[in-house]
Amino acid sequence: MELILFFILGGMALTAALCVVLQRNPVYSALFLIHAFLCIAGLYLLLGAEFMAVIQIILYAGAVMMLFLYVIMLMNIGGEGPEYAAGERMRRVINIGGVLAMISVIGLGISTTLFYGGPQLGPKGSYGPRIAENIGNTKAIAHLLFTDYILPFEITSILLLAAMVGVVYLARRIRAH
Amino acid sequence: MPELNADLVASVILILVKIGVFFAVCMTLLAYVTLVERRLLAFFQERHGPDRVGWQGLLQPLADGIKMFLKEDITVSGADKVVYILAPIVYVATALMVFTVIPFGNTIWPETMEIGGRVYNFTIASANRGIIADVNVAILIVFAISSIGTYGLIMAGWGSNNKYALLGGVRATAAMISYELAAGLTLVGIIMTTGTMSMMEIVEFQSGYWFGVIPKWFCFSQPLAFVIFLIAAFAETGRTPFDFTECENELVAGYQMEYSSMKFGLFYMAEYGHVIAASALIVTFFLGGWQGPFIDLAVLKYFLPIIYFSVKTFVLVFFFIWVRATFPRFRYDLLMKLGWKVLLPAALLNILITPFVMMLFGRM
Repeated sequence: MELILFFILGGMALTAALCVVLQRNPVYSALFLIHAFLCIAGLYLLLGAEFMAVIQIILYAGAVMMLFLYVIMLMNIGGEGPEYAAGERMRRVINIGGVLAMISVIGLGISTTLFYGGPQLGPKGSYGPRIAENIGNTKAIAHLLFTDYILPFEITSILLLAAMVGVVYLARRIRAH
Repeated sequence: MPELNADLVASVILILVKIGVFFAVCMTLLAYVTLVERRLLAFFQERHGPDRVGWQGLLQPLADGIKMFLKEDITVSGADKVVYILAPIVYVATALMVFTVIPFGNTIWPETMEIGGRVYNFTIASANRGIIADVNVAILIVFAISSIGTYGLIMAGWGSNNKYALLGGVRATAAMISYELAAGLTLVGIIMTTGTMSMMEIVEFQSGYWFGVIPKWFCFSQPLAFVIFLIAAFAETGRTPFDFTECENELVAGYQMEYSSMKFGLFYMAEYGHVIAASALIVTFFLGGWQGPFIDLAVLKYFLPIIYFSVKTFVLVFFFIWVRATFPRFRYDLLMKLGWKVLLPAALLNILITPFVMMLFGRM
């Protein structure tokens, strides 16, 4: 059952991710990206990480992609295809070669984690799957965030705050003197 | 092939029946809330309203449905067909999905039952409880679903290739995003007090009375959160004081202006679905859900909680209609100001107050 669901969700996620790249219309790309995020949320659910799944939907599929869609729709970025000049053939060939090389590197990366059963895989540390199941996912994550990882957590918050202040500063209305 | 577990089969059958009945009741209610709203608005405005089809207009929703299906289905030229068709589907599906995590009753079926000489157990996946899916992140799921629902609006706005529709969609999403934040933060107080995000446990927490009279509902212990959530619910459902999305004197009809026939009907359904869902959520979080007197009596314990829940929800739906008939529309910039400068700080203040109250009086 889990395996079947994994193949359905994983297949949909991969197809949607491919469609993001292959679509000419940027709005379709954004919609397919939302679809891919939703499928990944489904994969989190299969792993028993319901908190992560819901946060994935709220943050990535909900908030982040909404801003993407806003920008694309309001700027009315058209779906024009790429135009090739006569001398650009060579560059296209190089691009395709580069993409193929990337794909093989990514494939290698995926397969090593699949075949390597070393110590970094599987449950470790004080919050293994069994403990998380007992006290619930949300509590386990909260415990980790506010005890062991409090410093990275706070640093991330300050970084986000700094980014926000920066955006407000850049977007402020400049008054004429 | 492993042997099928009889208890599992029994529970699954019960769950499927529960979903079927719940869906049928929901759809019927959805149709009749339109009638209730039209009749009540007419009553408030001293006119008759639709009372011709059937006794007191009781067959009006049926007539409306037939009319919707028989109207010509126009797809405007220049519309982006896929997005245009997908938008009402996304919007109505997400509006109905919220009902899966709302507890509508306590126990609706005995835990074990003897059928044909064998005792079946109906407790797997809380099949015998009055909720379709009792998940432990239910509050977050509500917000996840509503954030996906926003895409229905912006897709409708963009897909119809019309500037008024796009403006309506943009307004709707902007309002929903800013008010979702305030609504989410008000619930933090409840999560802190109850220590859970499961709706069923939140309702169970609200049992009992203070001083033997006042029910232990969160609208009494968290009044600030209650008011903020109520206002945010109006903004999120796009109902009258905040209905800028279809603001007819500025935007004609907003995101739904290019839709006709049943596609328009779907938007209409989704609007009332949101109203019922918002009322049910307010009841669950702040008005004690299915709690009420005498729910432990042996004869009534299966039905009484459902009746309490339905009555409370209907009172809130009535409140939504009442407000629509009473207040004029807000101004759009004031809506954003209210959301970000008043409701959000007030929600944060509530988060600050809650721990102090918990320290002083315990988890009340």
